Amino acid sequence: MTEDTKTLPPTNISPELIKQHGLSEEEYQQIVTHLGREPNLTELGIFSVMWSEHCSYKSSRVHLKRFPTDGPQVVQGPGENAGAVDIGNGLAAVFKMESHNHPSFIEPFQGAATGVGGILRDIFTMGARPIALLDSLRFGELDTAQNRHLLKGVVSGISWYGNCIGVPTVGGEITFNDIYSKNPLVNVFCLGIVKKDRLLRGLAKGTGNQVLYIGAKTGRDGIHGATMASDSFDDASEKKRPNVQVGDPFLEKLLLEACLEFLEQDLLVGIQDMGAAGLTSSACEMASRSGTGIELDVAKVPRREPNMTPYEVLLSESQERMLLVAQPGKEDAVLAVCRKWGIDAAVVGKVTDDGLLRIREGDQVVAEIPAPAIADEAPRYERPSAPPQYQEILQALNLDALPDVKDPADALLQLLASPTIASKQWVFRQFDHMVGTNTVVSPGSDAAVVRIKGTNKALAMTTDGNSRYCLLNPYMGGGLAVAEAARNLVCSGAKPLGATDCLNFGNPERSDIMWQFIMAVEGIADACRAFEIPIVSGNVSLYNETNGLSIYPTPILGMVGLIEREDDITTQWFKQHGDAILLLGETREDIGGTEYLKVMHSREQGMPPWLDLEREQALQQCVLTLIQNGWVQTAHDCSEGGLLITLAECCITHPTTQFGAQITLSQERLRLDALLFGESPSRVLVSVKQEHLGQVQRYIQDLNRDVPMSLLGRVTDTEHMDVTVNASKNQTVYHMKLSLSDLTAQWQNSLSQQIGAELSP
Amino acid sequence: MNIGIIVFPGSNCDRDCAHVISEVMGQKAHLIWHQDTSLKGMDALILPGGFSYGDYLRTGSIARFSPIMEAVIDFAGRGGLVLGICNGFQILLEAGLLSGAMLRNKNLSFICEDIYVRVVNSDTPFTTQCQSGQVLKLPIAHADGNYYTDPLTLSTLQANAQIVFRYCDKNGNPIISSNPNGSIDNIAGIRNAQGNVLGLMPHPERCAEVILSNQDGRLIFESMLSSIIGKTLLPV
Repeated sequence: MTEDTKTLPPTNISPELIKQHGLSEEEYQQIVTHLGREPNLTELGIFSVMWSEHCSYKSSRVHLKRFPTDGPQVVQGPGENAGAVDIGNGLAAVFKMESHNHPSFIEPFQGAATGVGGILRDIFTMGARPIALLDSLRFGELDTAQNRHLLKGVVSGISWYGNCIGVPTVGGEITFNDIYSKNPLVNVFCLGIVKKDRLLRGLAKGTGNQVLYIGAKTGRDGIHGATMASDSFDDASEKKRPNVQVGDPFLEKLLLEACLEFLEQDLLVGIQDMGAAGLTSSACEMASRSGTGIELDVAKVPRREPNMTPYEVLLSESQERMLLVAQPGKEDAVLAVCRKWGIDAAVVGKVTDDGLLRIREGDQVVAEIPAPAIADEAPRYERPSAPPQYQEILQALNLDALPDVKDPADALLQLLASPTIASKQWVFRQFDHMVGTNTVVSPGSDAAVVRIKGTNKALAMTTDGNSRYCLLNPYMGGGLAVAEAARNLVCSGAKPLGATDCLNFGNPERSDIMWQFIMAVEGIADACRAFEIPIVSGNVSLYNETNGLSIYPTPILGMVGLIEREDDITTQWFKQHGDAILLLGETREDIGGTEYLKVMHSREQGMPPWLDLEREQALQQCVLTLIQNGWVQTAHDCSEGGLLITLAECCITHPTTQFGAQITLSQERLRLDALLFGESPSRVLVSVKQEHLGQVQRYIQDLNRDVPMSLLGRVTDTEHMDVTVNASKNQTVYHMKLSLSDLTAQWQNSLSQQIGAELSP
Repeated sequence: MNIGIIVFPGSNCDRDCAHVISEVMGQKAHLIWHQDTSLKGMDALILPGGFSYGDYLRTGSIARFSPIMEAVIDFAGRGGLVLGICNGFQILLEAGLLSGAMLRNKNLSFICEDIYVRVVNSDTPFTTQCQSGQVLKLPIAHADGNYYTDPLTLSTLQANAQIVFRYCDKNGNPIISSNPNGSIDNIAGIRNAQGNVLGLMPHPERCAEVILSNQDGRLIFESMLSSIIGKTLLPV
């Protein structure tokens, strides 16, 4: 222990204080062991945030080891600000997804905005210029004013921040279920591009190197934000509004440009975003990763308000701040770049070799903690888990007692108007999805596609996750999320390269929630391993619970794929009259957990569709090869709403034009509702030019692995979607002919009508 | 040709404009920092879109005090071509190079989508490659594009053919329902009295390449570049 520690302020830690800091008595004893003494208040605060669930992953870390994280394409796996994969041409795609659920419920506008700000910083601290954002959002149904308020607030917060900083929001998905009424989910994905050999990392190497603070001044906002995000809500959560941070996208834009200039001039040893737990976590993580120590003087930290204590400065979550270590002799160049962009910057400390995080205020040492103790040696819990008793009731669905669909046309129209399926134009119109001039496929197809300037390549990106499937069978739900994400990329002409995940769950101290978590993680891990898609980054959000009610288990997969040639870019809408329509994959009796069952029977029950990993992989390889051979006009993943919704989307979602379709289905032994609206996975609807039909059919017949194929009909230039169902040859049991304008009216306007907004001015 | 693109803190379409000028049009793009004071050697200028100074206070109101703006005003005064896109248009209004002001969009939301404009005046240096009455599909992306001016100024703009683009439907009819933001007289873009300064809300740089499925914006850059040839600026 150094001489300075003698001047540490006295400790006076009561059991109440420990509890207020969200620490258990056992955890407190561990702190004492780590320090070899009682902590003072500042140190207690540091441990409190760093050992919070949000920062330490203490309940999840042991399980996350199951994820595959390696592969020849992986440039950076988990553990850094973001992951990175090789995309050729000397470039890497850097990406990550993060949740901002708790703040977005308390203050939707700033909560969502700072979610965007946080994930952007994670990307550009790696030296990458962010080129795309996607949002995965979950809300309660729009029949209550509060849910409409949350949706509007979140959308305008994302719009405000993303538009201003000039990174396009190119896609994502939104679904609605009342389980999210008191716990909406805001998961934001960001991707950037960097030269592979210029990737920056969060390192604090080189004893004596100076540590600089740049960006916004530190204020009292967001203190204990990370602790708030590690607790469940009750009716008094309103009072936590001051814990929500406030964003400044303009400042972040300056910070972004300055950071990329540091990279260009090669000025840094390492850099780290001050996100959750602010200055404390960035300093500890940088030191811990590098096996060094850091000494900081809080008196030198630029401040927004007077009389802040070291405790407040260290735990503030003021946004738009970075900590960096300059290369020796290049501090002045760093400061010059900051002056150019008008950003506050100060030398606040130095790298040491003693492995300690030492905080001074002027001459006085106010805290001294071994860096690994807070960053890496946080408690880890293997919390008890057990399937809930209600699981069997959830999974029981007696199909014999469920009447088959009477009026499929009506069901189709109702499903199209379900906000989960309906057009999200009201949302995407508020996001700048074009800035950067890379967006080749705008929001509204299976995946967003951005080109990579200077190459002939493009990247496809998607976010997916069906929480109802996960509720009914978390293992299957996890795998289905991976499968759907990969399928969406493949349908866009891309080979999946890597994934990131946000694992949104309830209270991990409940054994049923922990069981959901473990099973979902296993499902994701097994599917990723089968498809050889490594998970390179991600985050976990637990305690999504209010008044004892937890959300459905909601793992969201963000996935990135590479399109080797621009010609391979494929979209979900029909292109040409006369093209043949084919269904690849098999339709089974998968009614459990479907959107159809929820909308038409108000039931969220049954077993989710069964995923066969081998079949899925065979299908995806087949579709990608067909696309790369230039034979596919349209490819659309069959998912929520089933085959008829998929077909309707192919007909009406083209940005500028529409096509009709005429198909005939064979019912065989299936229920009609399963045939039309069932959600069997591993299915893709494609359209091909008549001149390619023979080649496509021969190719599939010659495959070693079985990919079921049925020729359904053709794209028409009529104004109708025309569907015939035959029981056996020529014996028609059902026929529908719906006008495209009726389908469009249901699909196009439903969301804006429910929000009470007008689409036109 | 040398095209200067002014970079204000918060500009975010500067690099998109530079990409079109250099990679699509094959000319030299120069990113000019707002604290510079010289525009020596530039043949034309672009004030790009974005959120200069975060749009804090009012769009364009702080950027117009940037040191470079004196040089921009001087350049325009000597007949140099100045194109202001979106935030650039807003800055030109605040700087007094164009008349009028911007209000919040009528629906109070940011709007990003493809719209149609009618080329009302094809006799400007920015529209020589367009036909009069031609309909262009261009994207907009703004929250403050609701152009407004007083009736007297409006009649002057109309009388002098200073209205260059009007929001219209697919067939070229400038009807109210085709106006995304509520701008007066469906105005999407105007020029100054001399004709060498143009401001427009839509983003031509976002639709100038085959890969982006729309090349209508290219006409505006082609017009501007062809108008530069043989043009000499008035002496300082």
